[in-house]
Parts: sequence; C-alpha cells; structure tokens
Amino acid sequence: MGIAAPKLITRGVPVANTPFSDCPSGAEVLIQCLEREGVEYIFGLSGGAAIPIFDALVDSTIKLILVRHEQGATHMADGYARATGKPGVVLVTSGPGATNTVTGMLTAQMDSAPVVVIAGQTLSSNLGKDAFQEADVTGITYPVVKHSTLVRDPEAIPRIVREAFHLATTGRPGPVLIDVPKDVSEAPCTASLEAEVDLPGYTVPGHAESASLDAAAALIRRSRRPVLYVGHGAVIANAGKAVMTLAEKLRAPLVNTLLGKGATDETHPLHLGMLGMHGTAYANKAVDACDLILSIGARWDDRITGKVDEFCVDAMKIHIDVDASEFNKVLRPDVCLLGDARLTVEDLIPRVEALDTDEWLSVCTAWRQRFPLKYPKKGGLRAQHVLDRLDSLTEGNAIITSDVGQHQMWAAQFCRTRSNRHWITSGGAGTMGFGFPSAIGAQFAHPDKEVWAVVGDGGFQMTLCELATAAVHEVGVKVLIINNNYLGMVRQWQQLFWENRLSGVDLEGNPDFVKLAEAYGVKGIRIRRPGDVDRKLQEARDHDGPVVVVAEVAKEDNVFPMIPAGAPISNMIIEPPKERMEKPSGST
Amino acid sequence: MAAPETSDAPAPRREIHTISLYVANRPGVLVRVALVFARRGYNIESLVVSPAAEGDFSRMTITCSGDLATLEQMIKQLSKLVDVVHATDHTGDASYESEIALVKVAANLDARTEILQIAEHFGAKVVDYGTDSLILRVFGASDKLDAFIDLLRPQGLLELVRSGKILMARGLEET
Ligand SMILES: Cc1ncc(C[n+]2csc(CCOP(=O)(O)OP(=O)(O)O)c2C)c(N)n1
Ligand SMILES: [Mg+2]
Repeated sequence: MGIAAPKLITRGVPVANTPFSDCPSGAEVLIQCLEREGVEYIFGLSGGAAIPIFDALVDSTIKLILVRHEQGATHMADGYARATGKPGVVLVTSGPGATNTVTGMLTAQMDSAPVVVIAGQTLSSNLGKDAFQEADVTGITYPVVKHSTLVRDPEAIPRIVREAFHLATTGRPGPVLIDVPKDVSEAPCTASLEAEVDLPGYTVPGHAESASLDAAAALIRRSRRPVLYVGHGAVIANAGKAVMTLAEKLRAPLVNTLLGKGATDETHPLHLGMLGMHGTAYANKAVDACDLILSIGARWDDRITGKVDEFCVDAMKIHIDVDASEFNKVLRPDVCLLGDARLTVEDLIPRVEALDTDEWLSVCTAWRQRFPLKYPKKGGLRAQHVLDRLDSLTEGNAIITSDVGQHQMWAAQFCRTRSNRHWITSGGAGTMGFGFPSAIGAQFAHPDKEVWAVVGDGGFQMTLCELATAAVHEVGVKVLIINNNYLGMVRQWQQLFWENRLSGVDLEGNPDFVKLAEAYGVKGIRIRRPGDVDRKLQEARDHDGPVVVVAEVAKEDNVFPMIPAGAPISNMIIEPPKERMEKPSGST
Repeated sequence: MAAPETSDAPAPRREIHTISLYVANRPGVLVRVALVFARRGYNIESLVVSPAAEGDFSRMTITCSGDLATLEQMIKQLSKLVDVVHATDHTGDASYESEIALVKVAANLDARTEILQIAEHFGAKVVDYGTDSLILRVFGASDKLDAFIDLLRPQGLLELVRSGKILMARGLEET
C-alpha cells in the first residue's frame, strides 16, 4: 500500500495551486457575516470542533467574551439582547459544549429573546457515528428553538446567518441555532456575503386588520371598568409610549406581567403594578373586577389567570399578539388582534374616546390604599427592605436583572421599573442561574449604566463561575445576593402547603459569599443590619467595577400577596395565613 | 350537582382529522412537524410526504385523532413552524381523498371464492396469486378501505399495508 503524499493545509484550505488558494474558509465567512449583522460581542467557550471559528475571530472586530460555562454564555447573550433588543450571540463547541446551552435556549424561547447560538459540530462524515463529542444538537434542541439549521454546504453560510438573525429578531423573537460541522467551517467558501433570506413559510405580522380594530374599539367604548394588561410583547415592540397614550386617553388603569415590567412606568398614577401569583393585591383586584381586559402582548399565562374558568368571566377580553398561535390557547378572547403591539395600539388610539372611569379609578385607588405592599419591619434584615431601598436609591435608572425565587418576586414588587428594557428576568422558564450572567450581558450592552443582579443564594451558585468573566473584563455589575440560606421559594411552598415538611431546601454548606467574591478579585460587601442598608448599597454603587453585596436576610420570610397555583384570584392571600392551606391544584 | 358518571356510557367516538401541510423542503421539517403532535400526546394515524408541484416544496397529508380544541392549537403551531408555508384542516370539507391498501389474506380453496367476490365488489385487484395466500390491492376513500378490510378479517388477515390518506381540495381552491 502506498503512502499518500502529505497535503499542505492552512485553515483547512488546501493551499497549493488550487482554485481556492485565496478564498476564505467557511468560518471566516461566518464571522464576516456576523460583523455585517452588527455583532459587537460573542459570548462563548471553545473546543475542538469550534476551533476554526474561534480562529477566525482572532482577526475580527467582534469582541470575544470567554465565559466559564456555556450556560452563562447563553444568559449573557440573552441579557444583552433584552437590554438592547439586538440579538445576543453565543459560540460553543460540539457535544457537551452545545448541550450546556440547552437551558439558555429554553429560557430565551420561553421569554421570546433573540439569541443566536452557533455550535461547532463534528465532521459531516462523522455524523451519526457516535464520533468524539458528537451530539445530535439540532435534534436535542428542536423544542427549545424558534428555528435551527445544520449547515451542510459552506456556500449556504451567508444565507443561513442572515436567516438566523432575521428569525431571531422579527415577529415573536426567539433563539436560533446554527450547527456548523468542522469540515464546513474549514472548507473554502466562495459565496457572496450578501445573501437574501429564503423563508417562504415565514411572515411577520405588522398592522392588525381594521375590522378587528373596529370591533375591539366598539368593546372598549362600552367599558366602564377597563384594565390594560401589558406583557413582554409590549416591551419587545417598544409599545410603551403608545400604551401610555391609550391608557391616558381612556383613563384606564394598567397592570403588567412579570416580563411586561418597564413597558410603561410603574410609578405612573394609572399604574397598579404587577398582576398574577405574587402581584400587588390592587392589580389583582382590579383584574378580578374589571369589565374589559385588553392584553397587549401578554399570553394569559397560568401565573396570571390562576383558575382559567374563573378568570375575568364577566369581562370582555381583547388580545393583541404578534403570534397567532397564542389566540384561543388558554381562553377565548372576544376579539383577537394579530399584529405588532406598538402598531396595533397606535391604530386603536384614534378609534377610542375617553371613558367614564371616575368611579372605577377611585375604587382602584381605594384598593391601592387599603392593600399596599408591605413587610414586617421587625425580625432583623428583610429582603423587601433591601430591595425597597435599592429602588429608592437607583430611582429607576438602573437596569435590574433577577434570578428565580422569592428574591425575584420581591424585586419585581419593590423595584418599580420606570422604563423599557430596565427589568430582565427569566419568567417563562424560571431558570435559576439566569440573573447574574444576564446582568453581565446587559452591562456589556450598556457600559455606562448601573446594572444590578438581584439573585438568591441558591441560583447564584448555579452560574457564579462567571465572577471570573466579570472580573477579567472589569464589568461593573453589582450583584445583590438575598441570602436566606434556603431554596426559599420552595421552602415557602412546603411551609404553606405541605405542613412545613422541609425537604431538600436547606442550603447548609453555602460559602462565605464575601470571601468567595474576593477570591475572584471582586469586591465583597456584607449587610447584616437594617440600619446599614443605605450606606452599604451606596458603597456598592460608588464602587468602580464588579461588586458582590450579600444581604444576610431573615431565613423564613414568605412572599405575599400570593394566589395559590390554579386557584381563582379571589383566593388571594394578602397576609400570612393563620390556618393550614390546601395543596394547590395548579402546576408548580 | 352533576349526574354521576356511569361506566357504561358510550365512549366518545374519536374523530379522525385530516390536515394538509405545504412545507419547504428543508432538513428537519418532518421532525418539527411530528414534535408538534408528540408534545401534546396527539396521535398521528397516518402521514404521507410527497414532492409538491414546485420543486422546493413538499406536501404532507396527516390524519390524526384527538379533541378539537387541541387540534385548532396544533394547526396554529404547525403554521408557525418556519418551514411550513401553510397548514389546513380539511376535516369535513368536500375535498377529494384517496388511499391505497395492500392486503394479504390466507386463501385456501374453500375461502377463495368468497374472497374474490368481496374483492370484485370493492374493485380490488389480485396482485399476487399464491397457493395459500392472495395479495389484494384496493384503493379509494379510507372508510371504503376500512370496510373492505373488516370483511376480509374473518378470512384470516395475514398482513396489511396502507399508504395513508392523500387528499386534494376540489376546484381552484388550494389544498
Ligand atoms: C434550574 C432550576 N432548578 C430548580 C428550580 C426550582 N426553584 C424555583 S425557586 C427555587 C429556590 C431558589 O432559591 P434561591 O436562589 O436561594 O432563591 P430564594 O427563593 O431563596 O430567594 C427553586 C429551587 C428552578 N426554578 N430552576
Ligand atoms: Mg435563598
């Protein structure tokens, strides 16, 4: 058997006298396409199958942010995306590198965040052979992406990238995966960077139909107790100004979902704050008593409706959504308006007039006065107090991200969001570990803004390795750990509904978070006493660079108000219950 | 109070729905479509994929059973898939539909005459004539095929392969 003559290979491109000798590789074209899309940052972590793409980044204007775990990269990209509306980009290697992004894609998918994940893949010829670090990544991720493509042909790269960004950012945004086998990224690519999308099955709704708008306006005109129910769709479509104009014109109160925070100013006199399971009592009472509820980019999630059969039964329902598959999914609205939230609200405004809501507004005001958000002032340091002060000190100018748990609900209640894209949280997926890396992403997007991550001691430990990323890049994000030494939200459920049989919620073994921060070269601050809150928070605000503030809060506090899962709004518990409660019928 | 449920109440008849999809020929489109059904525990009874008149597109005809509210939701979820150009529920409309079945029956001498009579009545053709068995090919509407197969069942049905239903909207209406 003869021995084949060694081939000279540079960046996978055969050099000697081939027609491709000065032609870029697939990886180089991929990076050039990303540059054309205006990508500033890529969050990623390398590996064998992705080396050609990382190599192409060496000569690129795009800044690579090396993370410590791929999940962190996805949440950073997501935070960047939610803080700007621009897509966040992730680059990882094949197999475990790619599977580590699955949670991040689910998180982005559930909350409609534009994230583009590029994964290296084993050689095309190895696919399906259990090759080293091969995973069927498109297969694994089908249910958690808006779309995905396994690239087979290097010449298709410009089109696939263009399509990925178009899909990620338009209509209802979401994560898009591009899986790039190593032979494809190494192969020569002669394709023009200018590519057109070829997506015959994809359309982006704009204006709603005028007949439906008229029908909606007719319902609105008859209403005396309207509520505008504002969701993430309003944030994404930048509909806040239009929504506020509509609310003021109608003189209708507003409520927003957890993800709708910031679409309109929560401190506005017409605003009743967040509704839902842990929303304000007055927001929920208003929704329960309204005669018309207008959803603006909100999807009647089970955290909002509780028991659907008893949700707003006597109220007229109007649903504005850019995603037709949300219509009639949970309940059957009287009018559905398919369109962009901003355009649709703008089209509604001239069709409606001021309503006679004097009585209704005074009822809402009475509820607001009678059932304010409150918390015990005794019993040591309270998370609510710390967050209340954070709200006062930052005055709505900071971007606040949160993790998932009790601290998330308290942050949502007490940190009133004043402007769009200033509140970032994992709602649909409820992903612990999201808060801190998403804040890093938001801070990269807005280097001059104050960015706070409000996290629990549990969730922070899921992605805390990104302290290194924050330290290396001197990302000045402020982490506020609400440390109750518990998986507090689960403990709350076990206490209220499971006879306080605590199971798997005690976080004994927590590190000293101040020392932990210091080990990464990050400033650590501890708050123990209520009297120190303002001073220590201010110290963190004044610090130039990343900082971890650990608030050692009361261990066994609970979040109220609370509507037990699956229960009607009328079952809302406003204060700690005296007697034992039934197990909730709703999901988790 | 609601009347107590009795166990001998007739089980609700499972309605068969026929959905037609027009899809871009992109890798993975079949899996994405199948996942919409699987995620809701909706059962696919038959699925036919074939090239459409235009080269880059395919036609999928899917029959499935399950409740109507879920079906409405699924049609929207299918339409939402990036590679699905349109998804239409043809249940109950006047489209032309057809299916082919190959049926292998045990056919000893005694049974043969009756089998052939049934076959003739349904316009089925004997495509394999063996000493112990026959293969019959029959086509037509799916419920005609059901009836044919039911009649042959007592004769000893050895094997059954059905193509799955295909369907086309009549006139100039789009399928
Ligand atoms: C990845 C993940 N695992 C589990 C859960 C379930 N879960 C929801 S809240 C919660 C407790 C979170 O504890 P911590 O981060 O300390 O926040 P706290 O509720 O104490 O404020 C858990 C375990 C989840 N949401 N995400
Ligand atoms: Mg905790």
